[in-house]
Amino acid sequence: MAEKLKFAFSWNASCGGCEIAVLDIDEIILDVLEKVDILFWPVAMDFKKSDLESYEDKSIDVGFYNGAVRTSEQEEYAHLMRKKSKVLIAFGSCAHLGGIPGLANVSNRDGIFEKAYVSTLSTVNPSRVFPEPESIVNGKKLTLPEFYDDVKALDQVVDVDYYVPGCPPPPDLIAKAIDAIIKGELPPKGSVIANEKALCEECPREKNKKKIREIKRVHEAVDDGETCLLEQGIICLGPVTRGGCGARCIKANMPCRGCFGPVDKEIDMGASMLSAIASIIDEDNLTEEEQKKLVESIEDPLGLFYRFSLPVSLLRRVTLGGGNDE
Amino acid sequence: MNENGEPNILAFLCNWCSYAGADLAGVSRLQMPTNFRVIRVMCSSRVDPEIILYAFKKGIDGILVLGCHPGDCHYINGNYKTERRMIMLQKLLGQFGINPKRLKLGWVSASEGARFQEIISSFAREMEELGKLELPITEVS
Ligand code: SF4
Ligand code: SF4
Repeated sequence: MAEKLKFAFSWNASCGGCEIAVLDIDEIILDVLEKVDILFWPVAMDFKKSDLESYEDKSIDVGFYNGAVRTSEQEEYAHLMRKKSKVLIAFGSCAHLGGIPGLANVSNRDGIFEKAYVSTLSTVNPSRVFPEPESIVNGKKLTLPEFYDDVKALDQVVDVDYYVPGCPPPPDLIAKAIDAIIKGELPPKGSVIANEKALCEECPREKNKKKIREIKRVHEAVDDGETCLLEQGIICLGPVTRGGCGARCIKANMPCRGCFGPVDKEIDMGASMLSAIASIIDEDNLTEEEQKKLVESIEDPLGLFYRFSLPVSLLRRVTLGGGNDE
Repeated sequence: MNENGEPNILAFLCNWCSYAGADLAGVSRLQMPTNFRVIRVMCSSRVDPEIILYAFKKGIDGILVLGCHPGDCHYINGNYKTERRMIMLQKLLGQFGINPKRLKLGWVSASEGARFQEIISSFAREMEELGKLELPITEVS
């Protein structure tokens, strides 16, 4: 029998869901384990960083990195995983796009610390103690990873070979990716392992090219369960999001929030989505003023359009301090 | 900012109305600021929001998008679409910490040379007041 493939999993600025998603491939994991040895997987087995460091460079066949990069430790893991792996996969929305943790790019370290350690109602911290990279306790030096101002996607730190998108990646896609790795049938470097076309192409909802006269938030709408959500005035990021998830949110009657990221050649999800919205407003039945009001009613375009992709968007982050535009 | 310390201004002008209007301002020898560059587009709706964000990222301090007056678009409704996009874009820019005044939409017809002069001059003054657009370092390795 051929030698087993060697995998490593590293978790970073993430919620842990991507790790669970790996287990969600259910019994397939047993087949996988027949062909694969896992050399590093701190969430599931007792591994230490020194284990990873002890391996020879490029001795891991495939490294899966999930989570965004926001601390010095996560940055170190990005470099370490790159060095030890032949193929490095950005696994899940956070490693691929920055993901939900990437929304922290509306603020910075000071802003986040102020909120988390001072101003939340449940916090009592009159002496304003914050996590510090180094502190002396009883004459001993304690260290913590440094918390950066900026959240990055994995490929903004190291070279990435493939992306498995999704928050979290769906089990069938994970199984497909692992199968392709085992069979040595991987697509060209840099590919996102999902569909090429936008989500709307695989969405089961009925599309009538209808223009909209209202924009409703999810809790304000009564979904008919059949027609395209966007045509019902519920903002759905399907037109600007890569397909491949099986429209799982739509099947649960929720609009797409864009976790699979942009389709090929699309540069900025927010810019594309606002174009899409501008194009479907019912001009024939609304006055110019009404049209303007309608688009003005979108309360938080940044949070809505860049829910998962702020760190990889054109502007990447909010400008704070120093600028003259505040 | 350009080498003279003036703001870098980009003006997207539609082929059918605003470009002709700007041309008229030129041949009429109207006094205008010099720190703007014109990009002619077939229709103001050709200006994809991605282009605007990209221009700001690359060091442009202010962007004017000019099209035909409402009802006069050569392609019937391109300018209305542009208007809706610009409203959303301005809100988005504000959220990104960029003064929404740095993006302006206006209507100039082919016969309105003087109006073009007025819009570009007042926009240049406004940008002068706002100064350089300071974005965080957005390039990542
Ligand atoms: S916009 Fe949303 S609901 Fe409509 S077709 Fe696309 S994915 Fe489906
Ligand atoms: S529908 Fe959209 S948000 Fe939901 S899983 Fe698919 S890509 Fe992600």
